[in-house]
Amino acid sequence: MAILEVQNISKSFDGSCVLKDINFSLEKGRTLSIIGSSGSGKTTLLRCLNFLETPDTGVISVNGEALFDAAIPQSASETAVRQKRLHFGLVFQQFNLFPQYTVLKNVMLAVQLFACQRPNYKENKKQILSGIEQDAREIIASVGLSEKLQSYPHQLSGGQQQRVAIARALAMHPDILCFDEPTSALDPELTGEVLKVIRGLAEKETTMIIVTHEMQFARDVSDTVLFMDEGVVVEAGPPEEVFGNPKEERTRKFLERYNEN
Amino acid sequence: MQTFVNVTANLMGGFRETLILFFYTLVFSLPLGLVVAFGSMSKWAPLSLLTRAFVWVIRGTPLMLQLIIVYYGPGLAWDMAFWGSSIEGRTIAAVAAFVINYACYFSEIYRGGIESIPRGQYEAGQVLGMTKSQIFFRVILLQVVRRILAPMSNEVITLVKDTALARIIGVIELIYIGQKYITASALLWPLFYTGVFYLLFSGLLTLLFRRWENRLRYFAV
Repeated sequence: MAILEVQNISKSFDGSCVLKDINFSLEKGRTLSIIGSSGSGKTTLLRCLNFLETPDTGVISVNGEALFDAAIPQSASETAVRQKRLHFGLVFQQFNLFPQYTVLKNVMLAVQLFACQRPNYKENKKQILSGIEQDAREIIASVGLSEKLQSYPHQLSGGQQQRVAIARALAMHPDILCFDEPTSALDPELTGEVLKVIRGLAEKETTMIIVTHEMQFARDVSDTVLFMDEGVVVEAGPPEEVFGNPKEERTRKFLERYNEN
Repeated sequence: MQTFVNVTANLMGGFRETLILFFYTLVFSLPLGLVVAFGSMSKWAPLSLLTRAFVWVIRGTPLMLQLIIVYYGPGLAWDMAFWGSSIEGRTIAAVAAFVINYACYFSEIYRGGIESIPRGQYEAGQVLGMTKSQIFFRVILLQVVRRILAPMSNEVITLVKDTALARIIGVIELIYIGQKYITASALLWPLFYTGVFYLLFSGLLTLLFRRWENRLRYFAV
């Protein structure tokens, strides 16, 4: 069964339609890449999945449970939305690390705050916190930044910051990890280290949705590629089909334009 | 020499009152300013309009006038000694007026600071499942403090000197005592001498603020 199912998602801002009737699903352990030119609605789609935007129509289900259904009036409870959000992790284009915390604290903060709500937190505080730190250290090691545990974000390169951001998202152990153009804010020589980490995650069968302009990377790493244009999914399929033998004219044109550049 | 020691001792008494005004004003106006800032940033238009209008009135009228209104106003309106008849009542009234005034000034500094934090910081907290208050207190606040320390130090140093206005409603603070020497003993220099107290105290505050600013330099915003 698909871990994620997105049905009929639409979204307008001030009357202009940004997403039109988006449908797709994603199997557990698979990687989906979303490609398309700027303004095609890719980022808005990711933001809808992460509850940073509310779709006007449609249903978002994870593990068969409808997390969002536009037809049902949404409960405004912050706690409910927070619970739903935790199914997803999001890595931002601009990293958005917390500047006043070290790498370790950036990765642990949200997990620690979340742990406070556990019923047995007070009695087992020490144990829980040391477990969280242990986990955070392992995750940071997995993105290759063990030597930077006590560094602050401004002391790191863009690529390192983005790897911390990935570690921070992983620390919440989301069902689905989303990336919003994770290398677009980086100097070209720094994209490699970030892509390598994402590639590693794909090999470990992390369920991921990656919005990217890195076509070669999308082709290598994804199980499915979704091409979006003007708010609609124009074409979706295995990367070798979408890149190698696109069915739609719009996809062909986009890829041609891309190759020219 | 004896006079100098006497004058200094007397002025110290007035300076004690100045410090009381200063500290109580800060203790209450710093958090109240945050409440006012949230009011003016509220998405509920009536609240934000009302708060902004209030800030406009307070910032747009002299503090001296506000002191007079706060002290005499309630008595005139309800025909009673609202602040009591004791000398402490005057101090409390002065602190109340200062708190209202400074909360409004602080609120604008807070608002500028809060609005200058990139939206991505809030969103990062949101997607990590933090609550609104966790995001504000654990992520945003320290970044805001880092950004507003310089303008805040300005306001706080202004407050040191503004406390002198409290004498208008009979609070016996530093300048009040210095001035008294003119009429009681025909001595002008004690009034000039009060300047040294203000200068030393604001110097101390400047050093403290600089220390805090340096301490927060460990991260970049």
